[in-house]
Amino acid sequence: MSEDISNKIIEVKNLVRNFKKVEAVKDISFFVKKGESFAFLGPNGAGKTTTIRMLTTLLEPTSGTVSLNGFDAHKNPSDTRRSFGIVFQDPSLDTELTAYENMYIHAVLYGLKREVYLKRIEELMTMVELWGRKDDLVKNFSGGMKRRLEIARGLLHHPKVLFLDEPTLGLDPQTRNLMWNYIKDLREKEGLTVFFTTHYMEEADKNADTIAVIDHGVIVAQGKSEDLKKQTNKTTLEEAFLALTGKDIRESEGNHGADMMKMWRGRR
Amino acid sequence: MILYILWLRQIKRYLRSKSRIVGSLGQPILFLVALGFGFGPIYAKAGGGNYVQFLAPGIIAMSILFSAIFAGIEVIWDKQFGFLKETLVAPVSRTKIMIGRTLGGATVATIQGLIVFIITLFIGFRPVSIMGAIFSFIVMFLIAMLFTALGTAIASRLEDMQGFQLISNFLVMPIFFLSGALFPLTGLPKIIEYIVRIDPLSYGVDALRGLLSNASNLGIGLDLIVLLSFVIVITIIGAWQFSKIEI
Repeated sequence: MSEDISNKIIEVKNLVRNFKKVEAVKDISFFVKKGESFAFLGPNGAGKTTTIRMLTTLLEPTSGTVSLNGFDAHKNPSDTRRSFGIVFQDPSLDTELTAYENMYIHAVLYGLKREVYLKRIEELMTMVELWGRKDDLVKNFSGGMKRRLEIARGLLHHPKVLFLDEPTLGLDPQTRNLMWNYIKDLREKEGLTVFFTTHYMEEADKNADTIAVIDHGVIVAQGKSEDLKKQTNKTTLEEAFLALTGKDIRESEGNHGADMMKMWRGRR
Repeated sequence: MILYILWLRQIKRYLRSKSRIVGSLGQPILFLVALGFGFGPIYAKAGGGNYVQFLAPGIIAMSILFSAIFAGIEVIWDKQFGFLKETLVAPVSRTKIMIGRTLGGATVATIQGLIVFIITLFIGFRPVSIMGAIFSFIVMFLIAMLFTALGTAIASRLEDMQGFQLISNFLVMPIFFLSGALFPLTGLPKIIEYIVRIDPLSYGVDALRGLLSNASNLGIGLDLIVLLSFVIVITIIGAWQFSKIEI
């Protein structure tokens, strides 16, 4: 492939992460183009969350490099962190505070200027239709409202990349649809790059420009949805995914015990 | 600004949890009334003088100890309910996050101490001087910093609240009972005396007693030096443990 270097917003090279004896991520390399929507798929325990944690500076790689928006994620975590927003798999809001206070804390943590964040908070909270509820405590919000607030918060500091780790898990179809509409608008308006994981194949099919499939810590396929279908000779992405990753149910391989506990806790 | 926002968060959470404010006052009031009036006559008969005058600084220290440890332990809640991730993925150093939180928690614990101080006045406690009372607030804050940082250091290593009982029974209660908060530290067996000497709360209780009741055992100067050293060392350990949290 002859891609222009400046066109790569995320570039991962030979990334490895071991947990004691388990190799969670085994030498993966890929890149994400500026402005695209990139789906990162894989069965439970395939190495998705471990990879995202390394891309977002929360975990040191055993070896290999991550470059995000031109910054080395591990040599320069501060600039890297300013370049992305993230919506975690499980909520990370302070439920004892109001929606607005959660946004305000984020603005201060990211060093935004007052005149910038006052406007931006209102704009984003209006977009996710929570401006009218800004002074309500987050603990009184539904799952969908919390998720919308987290998306607004993740975008507050004008990130170049938005990470969404199973953003629509447990949400009703209405909210899911709404969420993807917001994200589409933002990609058009702000040239945002979106990196997401999901277990809903139709969601990846519909919303991703590029799909990468990870299994047992290695990337087993990458390309457009059509490419994956062609490659596996299947008609739907779900079938292609199963053909690539097998039909066996996965136990907790690839992640160490504590990680899995956290995952399950998050699921409930 | 970052320290301020993290401090403010702790204060807001505290002011909103009315049940926590009221609930945490029950124990000190019970101790003051039950022990103060219950042991008072015996203490006086033994030649100790006014027991409430002796006990009140100890109970103030106790309420600060409990509130502060609890404020530190809140890190576990933030781990479980996720807000910790929001702060750890922000472009801010972990040391700053830890210090901001600790200052907030310590402020909350100091406020609890002040409320208990006011309650003791109703039960008959009379501080010896206004200057002493004002200086005692500084000691209260030092005690609060020390134990919030200690709680944070411990909570950074724990996955969930299951270890909390262990900490409460094997760390917090011994720190409290061996600090001289309830009884004078004179004529103790040698071994107990050594333990009392390494218990940081002993110095906090002694300093408060010196400032409020004019009855310091060790000397307020020594108390302050020891307390301050503990605050610095434990805060450094806390910040180090906090920096190692993996989420």
